[in-house]
Amino acid sequence: MRDMLFHLLFVWYPYVCLGFFVVGSLFRFERDQYSWRASSSQLLRRRQFIIGSNLFHFGILFLFVGHFVGLLTPTWLYTKLITIEQKQMIAITAGGIAGVVCFVGLTMLLHRRLFDPRIRITSTTMDMAILTILWVQLALGLVTLPYSLQHSDGETMLKLSHWAQGVLTLEPNVDNYLKGLEWPYLAHLVLGMTIFLLFPFSRLVHIWSAPVGYLGRKGYQIVRTSRPQRQSAVAGSSQRSR
Amino acid sequence: MSHILDRLTFFNRVVDEFSDGHGITTREDRTWEDGYRKRWAHDKIVRSTHGANCTGSCSWKIYVKGGIVTWETQQTDYPRTRPDLPNHEPRGCSRGASYSWYLYSGNRVKYPLVRSRLLKLWREERAIRTPVAAWASIVEDPTKRAAYTRKRGLGGFVRANWDDVTEIIAAANAYTVKRYGPDRILGFSPIPAMSMVSYAAGSRYLSLLGGVAMSFYDWYCDLPPSSPQTWGEQTDVPESADWYNAGFLILWGSNVPQTRTPDAHFYTEVRYKGTKSVVICPDYSEASKFADMWLSVKQGTDAALAMAMGHVILKEFHVDRKVAYFEDYARRYTDMPMLVRLVKRDDHLVPDRFVRASDFAEELGEKNNSEWKTVAFDEASGNLVVPNGAVGFRWGEKGKWNLEERAASAETKLRLSLAGIRDDIAAVAFPYFGNIEHDHFNGTDHPSILPRNVPVKKLALKDGETLVASVYDLFLANYGVDRGFGGKHVAKSYDDNEPYTPAWAEAITGVRRDQIIQVAREFALNAEKTNGRSMVIIGAAMNHWYHSDMNYRGVINMLVMCGCVGQSGGGWSHYVGQEKLRPQSGWLPLAFALDWARPPRQQNSTSCFYAHTDQWRYETLNVGDITSPTAPPGPWDGALIDYNVRAERMGWLPSAPQLETNPIEVGKAVAASGKDAPTYVADALKSGALKLSCHDPDNPKNWPRNLFVWRSNLLGSSGKGHEYFLKHLLGTSHGVMGKDLGEMGAKKPKEVAWRDEAPEGKLDLLITLDFRMSTTCVYSDIVLPTATWYEKNDLNTSDMHPFIHPLTGAVDPVWEAKSDWEIYKAIANKFSNVAPEVLGIEKDVVLTPIMHDTPAEIAQATDVRDWHRGECEPVPGKTMPTVTLVERDYPNLYKRFTALGPLMSKMGNGGKGMSWNTENEVNFLKRLNGEVTEEGPTKGLARIESDIDAAEVILSLAPETNGEVAVKAWESLSKATGRDHTHLALPKEDEKIRFRDIVAQPRKIISSPIWSGLESEKVCYNASYTNVHELIPWRTLTGRQQLYQDHLWMRAFGEGLCVYRPPIDTRAVKPVLDAKPNGNKTVVLNFITPHQKWGIHSTYTDNLLMLTLSRGGPIVWISENDAKKAGIVDNDWIEAFNSNGALVARAVVSQRVKDGMCLMYHAQEKTVNVPGSEMTGQRGGIHNSVTRAVVKPTHMIGGYAQQSYGFNYYGTIGTNRDEFVVVRKMSKVDWLERPNTDAPVVTTQSREAAE
Repeated sequence: MRDMLFHLLFVWYPYVCLGFFVVGSLFRFERDQYSWRASSSQLLRRRQFIIGSNLFHFGILFLFVGHFVGLLTPTWLYTKLITIEQKQMIAITAGGIAGVVCFVGLTMLLHRRLFDPRIRITSTTMDMAILTILWVQLALGLVTLPYSLQHSDGETMLKLSHWAQGVLTLEPNVDNYLKGLEWPYLAHLVLGMTIFLLFPFSRLVHIWSAPVGYLGRKGYQIVRTSRPQRQSAVAGSSQRSR
Repeated sequence: MSHILDRLTFFNRVVDEFSDGHGITTREDRTWEDGYRKRWAHDKIVRSTHGANCTGSCSWKIYVKGGIVTWETQQTDYPRTRPDLPNHEPRGCSRGASYSWYLYSGNRVKYPLVRSRLLKLWREERAIRTPVAAWASIVEDPTKRAAYTRKRGLGGFVRANWDDVTEIIAAANAYTVKRYGPDRILGFSPIPAMSMVSYAAGSRYLSLLGGVAMSFYDWYCDLPPSSPQTWGEQTDVPESADWYNAGFLILWGSNVPQTRTPDAHFYTEVRYKGTKSVVICPDYSEASKFADMWLSVKQGTDAALAMAMGHVILKEFHVDRKVAYFEDYARRYTDMPMLVRLVKRDDHLVPDRFVRASDFAEELGEKNNSEWKTVAFDEASGNLVVPNGAVGFRWGEKGKWNLEERAASAETKLRLSLAGIRDDIAAVAFPYFGNIEHDHFNGTDHPSILPRNVPVKKLALKDGETLVASVYDLFLANYGVDRGFGGKHVAKSYDDNEPYTPAWAEAITGVRRDQIIQVAREFALNAEKTNGRSMVIIGAAMNHWYHSDMNYRGVINMLVMCGCVGQSGGGWSHYVGQEKLRPQSGWLPLAFALDWARPPRQQNSTSCFYAHTDQWRYETLNVGDITSPTAPPGPWDGALIDYNVRAERMGWLPSAPQLETNPIEVGKAVAASGKDAPTYVADALKSGALKLSCHDPDNPKNWPRNLFVWRSNLLGSSGKGHEYFLKHLLGTSHGVMGKDLGEMGAKKPKEVAWRDEAPEGKLDLLITLDFRMSTTCVYSDIVLPTATWYEKNDLNTSDMHPFIHPLTGAVDPVWEAKSDWEIYKAIANKFSNVAPEVLGIEKDVVLTPIMHDTPAEIAQATDVRDWHRGECEPVPGKTMPTVTLVERDYPNLYKRFTALGPLMSKMGNGGKGMSWNTENEVNFLKRLNGEVTEEGPTKGLARIESDIDAAEVILSLAPETNGEVAVKAWESLSKATGRDHTHLALPKEDEKIRFRDIVAQPRKIISSPIWSGLESEKVCYNASYTNVHELIPWRTLTGRQQLYQDHLWMRAFGEGLCVYRPPIDTRAVKPVLDAKPNGNKTVVLNFITPHQKWGIHSTYTDNLLMLTLSRGGPIVWISENDAKKAGIVDNDWIEAFNSNGALVARAVVSQRVKDGMCLMYHAQEKTVNVPGSEMTGQRGGIHNSVTRAVVKPTHMIGGYAQQSYGFNYYGTIGTNRDEFVVVRKMSKVDWLERPNTDAPVVTTQSREAAE
């Protein structure tokens, strides 16, 4: 029974979550564009927001990139640069600092959301739930730090990255990688997957629309045309020749 | 196609570049743009209008998309006019077009709001007490009471729920009824016509309670008392379409394109037809541009101009050459043939009262009301006759109250001038006021008494031989027209400097004499050629002066001289905030709960606010400043408020509160005494056991305690003496800078108790219903969110067009808003639940003044006698107010509110002196609205549950919307006049206008005797039309247009005939002129508050769209020269102040404005872009921060035919234009963005208040 549950959680649940994450996001983007937003509450009150939001976003972005690179980079690739132990130490140190920064920001935001009456009354259940979940998830992540310090050889880290890469490469029985890990790791994983599950139903969708492209944008003035490409090209050139 | 697929076209998204790559052309998904397009889409259109005081009543299409109002445009489906008349449409203006902004704006009141300190106290007390006991424990504790009353206007609102707020209100009302009396609960709401059902909701609740409905028309100073004085009519005017029938059109102090925008097209159109137009106003207004001639008159001197024009008309068209039409008109339709007694005073003969039939032995054969029948000479027989039509014929007999040329059933032709049959020529004294010195107005040095020769006749009267003259002869002499009788002060030529020649007027008004002569001549010549098609459109500009009567009577005289009143295309068109309540007699029973109890309590606001905001304590105008040099002997001493007290005592004006003792307690005492109520009260007043409240307005027993304000911005707009309201009525921070009479050591009033320490914070509870956070809301204790004009069902009518128009709920009220009808229903319901704690079925003693259009109006015929001074006995309804015992069923108040009571069947309905049986309509309403089936006192009566039910009650009962009732009304009038008038309504007998009919299309009203004009296919609505063409008398003493006012007080104050009176000196500038210098230069300017372009008149000044078009906040216009004098340039922050208070605004420096005056548009909210004042340290102020109401004794007259009280009909008016301010550039603009210092102050007054 326990194995069965373990199997479901770490072999099948990831795909359920990823499925909801991808299809749900597409569906929402397609059907409900007006709800596609960050729903910032800055207009309602700036108190705790400017500091909280900046700390949180700095931390979470760092952690996101860290997790992404850390979990999905194949071992053979990074071992050409650093050792596994070094990577482990970088992950603990950098991740730990970012985690704490993020935690401070997130706690401020959560406090504000739950206890500022004006913001509380304008929040949906999902707004409060997702923030609470993020806070718990972050706390769990921080709880793993002492455990990771106990096995600085990076073995746990390898297990986790093998599992993650296994999930993405459709490897069977990837749960085997996770056997014997301490509970905080497992809880962190399950909750992490749940966040992917809830993603399309929450304000997290705004992550998709992070204005990354803005950094490499072309053109200061944008003329949007709905005309077919060729005609507009002709029109454009004729304009230029005038 | 698909958002996501469109997003994936990375490679062909950018299709071109330009400007070296700085610009790109892209091809990407643009469907998001539809969001903006949908902003202007709609899925339904609903008809509604704007219930503002603009008299517009314009039909609008309200566009609704998905339950949200998206925008509005003008409707164009009015019923067509006849072929030779332009259509009415399109009606509307930019203010109305921007209205939908309010629905979803940040300024919308979305939830019931309460002052947080009050709510906290309430919840604490309510946890351990019943509602009324909880309220008592708050207001009886000075600290608790001050905790919230002292914070009014300083923020601190919290959201509450409907249940809590209605319970607080109900408990406060029940407590006040029990402790002080129901007449301590006041309600202020203006202009019923702008949303009749909403008005009626509040006034019905108040009337069932025994509370007081307060007037607006007189308080707004939009009531011209000259109209009731002359015509016995509140105000009746032509519709705007009738402008098109005019041949000569004067716009006098009216800015038609700006403030009557939807009607202005008729003005343009008639100009194309060839009508000449003259615009008379001091500033270069929008209307001036339409003019063939613009006369820039010195503000406030219009009467002088009108008198000079009258002089020209009389000389050229009545004396040098007699125009037959004018003469005939004067004979038949004016009091000019009537005889006036002349009495000797000092060395002069002075015009006294009209000769009455009762002055003669045998009373000239008139047994009925002979004291109220005036007398004239018959030209044919030479006999003295008592012509038909005087008010004495109206009551107690039938058939002779008409304007047929008859007397005692014989044909007559009344003699205008006694010159041909005179016994003598005598010098008669006329008062002259133009010599009063004023710092800012030119005068002349003529003597105060002008003796002028008049032909007189000797009559043997009961009290001896008496000299008499006709009004005609006195009238001509008053104008200084030379008729060859010799003597002084008559003008041979227009260039003579004698009052009232054009040369004389030139010196006072600044208008060139040749212009005066030309305009007068052309005005009269046109009237002669067209039988009276000369019209004067007249506006607030002239009516807001202390001596507005003179401005208006000067113009009315011109119109009457030329036979224009009552003729199509002619007459007096006063369009000021009146908005004709067309179905008035159907509305009255609903609004004042006349179906349950009569009479209601109604109060003239000016006198009430004057007393209860303690503006009287600062009065600077001495009675001696305004009495006539020819005043008859009388008690012309005391202060202005003393006259008001006398008027209340003698049954002339109403009073609120009425008696120092709770009228419910008096009701119990009446029952115990075994006497009837009138006898008991008269005896008790005489013995001193009962006292009238008006003698001691500062006594906590006499304070108004609860005030409802709805459909109004009392504190941000109409509250003259704004800072006095804040100080004394509300008891919060204020900007009053002047000293009161006590502090100045000045003479104090005689009739009124003086308390050295003035009360601050008389009100226990101020409740405001509004849809926007207005200045009034900001100062209230409870703010209730009401439905906007697009969220409720209601009725709206105007005097500008003949249609009855609906307001319709295009969407449901948003957030927690409710319609006024539902709000008052909810309060009534809660009250019925709460009241039994202290109240049951009670007997309430109600005092009402002697009312116009009732048989009682002929109460005090020839003299003024005051029972309080022992000059006569107190007789209710005769020498003192009427006394009635009224039953109040407090536990069943809600049931009564929602059912049409039994008095409609029992006592019928009526209006303006007529009455008719209304049984059919009551039965009809039972079938239409359904009968009440619940057990109780209302079972079987017609329901009035919804706002539409209420609208149907109005429409069914009113003659204007129910042809059957119209016929009954005309029948009733026919009995009085002895002439058959039913032909005016018979063709429409079957027509019944219902609510859904007017939703489909605005409907034309049916002609009714409630009004003096007709609505037909032949004529446009024109006031006094039926008086002239159906020979129905005007409802005055003489039954005619009355140009001579013979009441003792009118003569005492020099206004028997029209004279020029310069503006009064309010003495408000000198005490503060150098009080707090800020280093900048000052200039003293006359303070004028016209209606504006970017605000009121269909929407308010806080509308973002309108603010964007002007300057985003308060502005004051000043002339270039004055600006230079004070070192002010355009857009500077300036301050205007005097001892009444201060206001801040930005300066608009413009050539438009005349030197010596400044214009501040009316009602610019204190809530938008207003910094603190350097003078007061308080936030800015509003236009009324520098004004103070000054009452005029002649407006208090009562018990005297047309000068009897009527609600919104007669009474003191809140004038404000005589005021001057110091204007100064500000040196420091302080936005006062600091936290408020806390700790409520407990003063002796608040302690007193609680005790």
